[in-house]
Amino acid sequence: MSATKFDVRYIAELARIKLEPAEIATFESQLGHVLEHVEKLNQLDVSEVEPTAHSFPIYNIFREDQIRPSLEREAALANAPRQAQGLFIVTKVVE
Amino acid sequence: MALSSLTVHEALDLLRRKEISPKEIVEALVKRIQEIDGAVHGYLSFDPERALKDAEHADVSLPLGGIPIAIKDVVSVQGHPCGCASKILQGYIAPFDATVIKKLRAAGAIPFGRTNMDEFAMGSSTENSAFGPSRNPWDADRTPGGSSGGSAAVVAADEALAALGSDTGGSIRQPAALCGCVGVKPTYGRVSRYGLVAFASSLDQIGPLTKNVRDAALIMNVISGADPCDSTTLDEPVPDYTADLDKGVKNLTLGLPKEYFIKGLDPQVEEAVRAAVAWYEKLGAKIVDISLPHTEYALSTYYIIAPAEASANLARFDGVRYGFRADGITGLSDHYGKTREEGFGQEVKRRIILGTYALSSGYYDAFYLRAQKVRTLIRRDFDDAFATVDAILCPTSPTPAFKLGERTGDPLQMYLADIFTLAANMAGICGISIPCGFAEVDGKKLPVGLQILGKALNEATMFRVANAYEQSTDWHRAKPLFGAESERLKGEK
Repeated sequence: MSATKFDVRYIAELARIKLEPAEIATFESQLGHVLEHVEKLNQLDVSEVEPTAHSFPIYNIFREDQIRPSLEREAALANAPRQAQGLFIVTKVVE
Repeated sequence: MALSSLTVHEALDLLRRKEISPKEIVEALVKRIQEIDGAVHGYLSFDPERALKDAEHADVSLPLGGIPIAIKDVVSVQGHPCGCASKILQGYIAPFDATVIKKLRAAGAIPFGRTNMDEFAMGSSTENSAFGPSRNPWDADRTPGGSSGGSAAVVAADEALAALGSDTGGSIRQPAALCGCVGVKPTYGRVSRYGLVAFASSLDQIGPLTKNVRDAALIMNVISGADPCDSTTLDEPVPDYTADLDKGVKNLTLGLPKEYFIKGLDPQVEEAVRAAVAWYEKLGAKIVDISLPHTEYALSTYYIIAPAEASANLARFDGVRYGFRADGITGLSDHYGKTREEGFGQEVKRRIILGTYALSSGYYDAFYLRAQKVRTLIRRDFDDAFATVDAILCPTSPTPAFKLGERTGDPLQMYLADIFTLAANMAGICGISIPCGFAEVDGKKLPVGLQILGKALNEATMFRVANAYEQSTDWHRAKPLFGAESERLKGEK
């Protein structure tokens, strides 16, 4: 948990965001400060502590598997940047 | 008095007595918006024709019959834009109603207008909106807070009777405090998040921003409850939140956490909050000092958990199924990289990078898992406190509204604006901010908020404590002189 290993260029690639070199430098310094602050968490011994994701212990919410109406195809496609013949047009994946 | 300055419960009384019509309220709001929203910029868009049409059919006998409610641009209303104040969702029209909107409609309310916000609810000032910041109606050079800053500003400036916001780390309570209105973050799981564009799924809650406590309780009566479309909602009965409002605070014990009165707390904010505490004592409450020892870790915990969850949630913005897609794409990786580079603003990118790092291979245990464990310690602090107190009193924000541009260069400074509100989201408990006085800065009166934190699912006590103070003081009736502010802005242009 150290800020020194923080490689913005590599992380941006994982997140699929292109960044300008200037932006990379800014983020490196700004997020470096945030990570320094976050190192505070290492002061605590949490070895015997369970993690919290919900303040109430609710597990396994089941419902009947029933067919219900969903979005019409037209409505689902209406916001697409490109679509044709009832399909999303995507960027070519296979060369 | 203009109808736009009515509160929700006043408007309901007049509507039911047939002294006014829903249409007249909508018309009054439209007029008000046309007059001053150019200066406030609380709304991103509004559709007067549709609202007038809804108003014609409104059944005023329903719990919120005929009441227009402004909606933060992160909650889906069928047929309306839902852009999260982001370029990446520009032009997106929501194809369905969020559960809260279905419930509001069923109660007769009219979803009205899209309020400005920090992009994807990430921020504390609305300066991260892709469409420019909103302004604080008390001082147009200052921020209304954020991320639900548009919602707070339009309620404070009488451009809405009430509004919905969302709160992940303080995004309802902090702007409510900075604009002098009431803002509620419900218990996690109390209100359905279905149709809310997800930011940090283990923290997000939708809640009301209003002109008084009763109005907030009325809206919570309608939007609360279990939802089969959101499996994190709690299947617990929803009480009538107005039932206990007037019971007062005699025999209640209120806790004062020492960790919330620290260096960095503005002296005028501290003075106003301490005066409110003394007032509670006069009203018959027992005040006790308490400790929430892990408070100092809340900010660090938040800035791991929220960005981590955001980085996963915002992976869906890929320029394929909806929203913006960059031009001149050369291949798939270029498609994602450019679309997300051009579509997202700085702060959103910053948080996605931070969150991706915290979740990346080899770091998950050190960051996210550790933060979720610290979260347990924060939650236990509150469990211990609520074993002896009925509610907790503290400041909502460490400072009054800060100037636009003052903190944009330093993310950590901006993050500190939420230092007193984050812990409630970590613990999943409920909280409310109510006006408790003013600070005077550069000759301007700036509102100060008192935060009341309640035990999980005990919104009723939180509202009761809030109402006892509000109904024995006058702060909530104070109005910004926004007419004068908007004239001044025109002069500057």
